[in-house]
Amino acid sequence: MIPVLIIVSFAVFSIIHLIPGDPAEIMAGSNATEAQVAALRHQYGLDQPILVQYIIWLKNVVTGNLGNSLINDFPINTLILQRVPATIELALAAAIIGTIIALPLGIIAALRPGSIVDFVTTLFSALSFAVPSFWLAILLILFFSLYLKWLPPSGRPVFSEQPVEHIKSLIMPAFTLGVAMAAKLTRYLRSSMLDVLNQDYTRTARAKGLGERLVVIRHVLRNSLIPVITVFGLQIGDLLSGAIIVESIFAWPGVGRLTIQAIGWRDYSILQASVMFIVVAFLIVNLLTDLAYGLIDPRIRYS
Amino acid sequence: MTELDLSKRNGAGDVQQIDRPDSLIMLALRSFAHHRSGMVGLLIILLMAGVALFAPVLAPYDPLEMHAEDRFQPPSLSYPMGTDEFGRDILSRIIYGSRIAFGVGITSVGIATMIGVTTGLIAGYAEGMFDAVIMRFFDAVLAFPAILLAIIILAVLGPGSFNAILAIAIVNIPTFARLARANVLVEKNKDYVDAAKAIGSKPVRIVFRNIFPNTVSTILVLITVSVASAVLLESALSFLGLGTPLPAPSWGSMLSIGRGYLYMAPWYGIFPGLAIASLVMGFYLLGDGLRDALDPRRR
Repeated sequence: MIPVLIIVSFAVFSIIHLIPGDPAEIMAGSNATEAQVAALRHQYGLDQPILVQYIIWLKNVVTGNLGNSLINDFPINTLILQRVPATIELALAAAIIGTIIALPLGIIAALRPGSIVDFVTTLFSALSFAVPSFWLAILLILFFSLYLKWLPPSGRPVFSEQPVEHIKSLIMPAFTLGVAMAAKLTRYLRSSMLDVLNQDYTRTARAKGLGERLVVIRHVLRNSLIPVITVFGLQIGDLLSGAIIVESIFAWPGVGRLTIQAIGWRDYSILQASVMFIVVAFLIVNLLTDLAYGLIDPRIRYS
Repeated sequence: MTELDLSKRNGAGDVQQIDRPDSLIMLALRSFAHHRSGMVGLLIILLMAGVALFAPVLAPYDPLEMHAEDRFQPPSLSYPMGTDEFGRDILSRIIYGSRIAFGVGITSVGIATMIGVTTGLIAGYAEGMFDAVIMRFFDAVLAFPAILLAIIILAVLGPGSFNAILAIAIVNIPTFARLARANVLVEKNKDYVDAAKAIGSKPVRIVFRNIFPNTVSTILVLITVSVASAVLLESALSFLGLGTPLPAPSWGSMLSIGRGYLYMAPWYGIFPGLAIASLVMGFYLLGDGLRDALDPRRR
């Protein structure tokens, strides 16, 4: 993971340095003299060779200093820390919604192949692939905010001041993200359960007279969840990138929205930090998934 | 599906003449023709391709023509899908938008296929240093979520159709390279490759003339699915204002603007999304059908 991180961090660092426009000139404003621009460039180390700039930046990042905004000098640490809770809250809520939808659908679809539930599951996963999240979001806003007037179309009120409003504003973004996750989880759970249902140990469990419920819950479901865990981990990564669009639509003040805002502001130090945050979170989740795999399935052990 | 009647062949003495077995392509085609959802997908794509091709004939209005007096008209006989904030006909814009969706989707995946498959084939056949370096590089690319990588590339290159095509192509290259490489690793140990070597074929010829044709079917499936996600990605990028620039009628940017007028013009937020979902669904179903038809184990 460390080599990938180094390559990725250098990629993020250098790609963003290719963005057209001299940040020193942007900071200095249009009336600045050449000397003032040069002074700023020196102050922020922008006149150093790119490799030196990278090493300085990496050292700062590792020690937890993400630098300051190029536009208003605001410390980026604070900015990211303000935004992270919103993104984590959204991702968690989406994961919970996704799991709540996927578990029963996947189990029933596997136990009754060819049934209506099975057909609905297939249709659901095809639709969730084809319907873009931003369109689903618009449809939800149309129905629940404009037509029924039940939920706010955007924003995130402070929880301690307006707890009910806060939860209400979480529902639509979390559902938008959670549905895509549910579709994939359902499909994997279904095929994984069908696999386990045909295993010898399932037949043994039935043969020794266990009730169907016990067979399904203790033997089939537990074993079929193992491959699903991997998919779950990958889906958490997808949630993080899906959050970029969903947060932008619902004006949800998380890291994803910050990324898009930073592009608009042409503030590449913020862009760098937020992209780095998303990619590192993505890699860490993947690593945790691998480790969880070993914990759940004793047959897999990492040396 | 061909069914060889074994009883006749094994019957004592009177071996009947057996029909010449169908070619694999015919088998696949026939199997695909029986794949209901695959055919539905093909039908959707053909229909929408026809719309894109004959857009000037089919569209009732010019997609850029503004009718100031008809702003935000709800769907009616004269404007079947209503009008937008400049009084432009949304149906005509969606019809012309299909050209952007097909154009960007097919071009970007085409570029990704050419570059990805070529590097994957060479890396898999050559192995060694070239393989290690190029595949580690692709691993790093895959460490980025696709949408994030495309956004960064567009932030660097600047928004625009051509740059969006490039960004979507770059995002897709590693997947094609991985698949092609995996195929070569399986195929290169087969007897026909040894035979080709024995008659003195050069590596380039072996890779592209002997091995490549045997891997086409899996690549074809990946192409269809990738076009589906490319159409989605283009509309997402345009939605974020990074893809096809206005006033071109990209479905994504139409939704992005329509979102601001949902209260006045709900239809503005509905029809362009319907177009995206239909086209993506078409390629998704086609990919599904092709996978089943081309995989002998599933036939």
